[in-house]
Amino acid sequence: MNSFAEFLGMGGYGMYVWPAYGIAFVVLLLNVVLPLIQRKKLLRDLALKQKRKQQ
Amino acid sequence: MSLSTAFFAVIRRDLILAFRRRAEIANPVFFFILVVTLFPLGVGANPKLLQAIAPGIIWVSALLAVMLSLDSLFRSDFDDGSLEQMLLSSHPLTVLVFAKIVAHWLVTGLPLLVVAPLLAIFLGLPEQAWGTLMLTLVLATPVLSLIGSIGVSLTIGLRRGGMILSLLVLPLYVPVLIFASNAVDMASNGLAVDPQINILIAVFFMSVVLAPLPAAAAIKMSIT
Amino acid sequence: MSIVPAPLLRFYHRMASPPHFYSFTDKLLPWFVVIFVLLVVAGLYGGLYLAPTDYQQGDSYRIIYIHVPAAWMSLFIYVVMAISGAIGLIWRMKIADVVAISSAPIGASFTLIALVTGSLWGKPMWGTWWVWDARLTSELILLFLYLGVISLYGAIEDKRTASRAVSILALVGVVNIPIIHYSVEWWNTLHQGPTVAKMGKPSMHIDMLIPLLLMATAFKFYYAIAMMLAAKVELLSREQNSQWVKKIVEEKS
Repeated sequence: MNSFAEFLGMGGYGMYVWPAYGIAFVVLLLNVVLPLIQRKKLLRDLALKQKRKQQ
Repeated sequence: MSLSTAFFAVIRRDLILAFRRRAEIANPVFFFILVVTLFPLGVGANPKLLQAIAPGIIWVSALLAVMLSLDSLFRSDFDDGSLEQMLLSSHPLTVLVFAKIVAHWLVTGLPLLVVAPLLAIFLGLPEQAWGTLMLTLVLATPVLSLIGSIGVSLTIGLRRGGMILSLLVLPLYVPVLIFASNAVDMASNGLAVDPQINILIAVFFMSVVLAPLPAAAAIKMSIT
Repeated sequence: MSIVPAPLLRFYHRMASPPHFYSFTDKLLPWFVVIFVLLVVAGLYGGLYLAPTDYQQGDSYRIIYIHVPAAWMSLFIYVVMAISGAIGLIWRMKIADVVAISSAPIGASFTLIALVTGSLWGKPMWGTWWVWDARLTSELILLFLYLGVISLYGAIEDKRTASRAVSILALVGVVNIPIIHYSVEWWNTLHQGPTVAKMGKPSMHIDMLIPLLLMATAFKFYYAIAMMLAAKVELLSREQNSQWVKKIVEEKS
């Protein structure tokens, strides 16, 4: 492999290799991001609930 | 009351109840015939094609017919509280659940066997495969009832468990479908089917021994 | 005298307490992320750049660096789910229940990745997007098993009951997986013959094998990270009325 373009080309198989890696990346990212968002939302909701109880 | 008396009492009771509602026995059978009838209408009435796919059609239809009949396995007993009584009785729930599955198979699985030759004629299945077809049905429809009892006892407390039931049960039916329909296929080509039949026998005994345990555990979970 | 060493037993009892699990995973997570990133970078560099081009398949074989580890993970996670489900069922351990159900979406994701990458690899090799190959078919059925677990859990309102249902289902599934796998393999050899090339041959060049093992280890750490993150949310929402959750909420706001 000499150039970056050749690396991206993957010997003509780039259009199969990179989508495979891309889809895997997106799916795995979702599995990390979604729980983080859910936790943030849950903690906010619980905090609101506690405040309402105190009032 | 001894365990075996209790076992047969449950079977007798379920059979009597079932004969009071004869339509419920007839429904899976009609469904079975109807689905098989739809295939020639869908793929065309070419006898060669029909003969080639007959084992698959009959077995997929049998699978669906058993699956649709599963709901009646525990439904009425769950609704009127008899299941709770069984749970409280001194006999192990696993045995009583097994008795219910046996009764259910007698009412829904056995009638499928009776109409199977008719469907074999419809699809032009060679006569040399009829024996194998009946043998696979005898061995494998009880397995379908047994595996199905696990799925139905997990979903019995749910309002709309039907779709989930099929998602739980159908993947587990895959081995039965593969070996049974393949045996019929081989037999219609005049080949030996001993390995498939032996595997189906093994699967039959395995599910007789193993399936009632999780089914009983799931019923306990659904009730309490 | 117990056969289990005392420190291990102490660890087990500590991990069984939700607040302890919550703070312990907080400490563990950064380390796991660091190890994961190192492994992934090394694995991808080795797999995409250093490893030689395959003389038969060209560069398309490089998909195996996600396909094969993802397929391994899809089975591994199902087994972990069944084991922790069994622990939750037998010893009524809350954390085990949470670990079991938090694993399910991750396992389903890996199964999906194995299917999609297998299809992307198959297109140049077989000429079609989908072939009823034994491995792909088994993965597809495994995906349905995962979806069954996830939707059963979602359908039962009381989460304690839902966890027990899921554990029973996962145990039934784990007994059935070898039978399903064997039957599909058997079915496949009958209908397709050995013409279909198999992925990930045992005789692999060492430069190709090392990145594969690196990626497989990286995926294990990824699973631990994603599972802990999901388990924490599940734990917070299940225990939202307990004192330790209230304390965490107060500290945050």
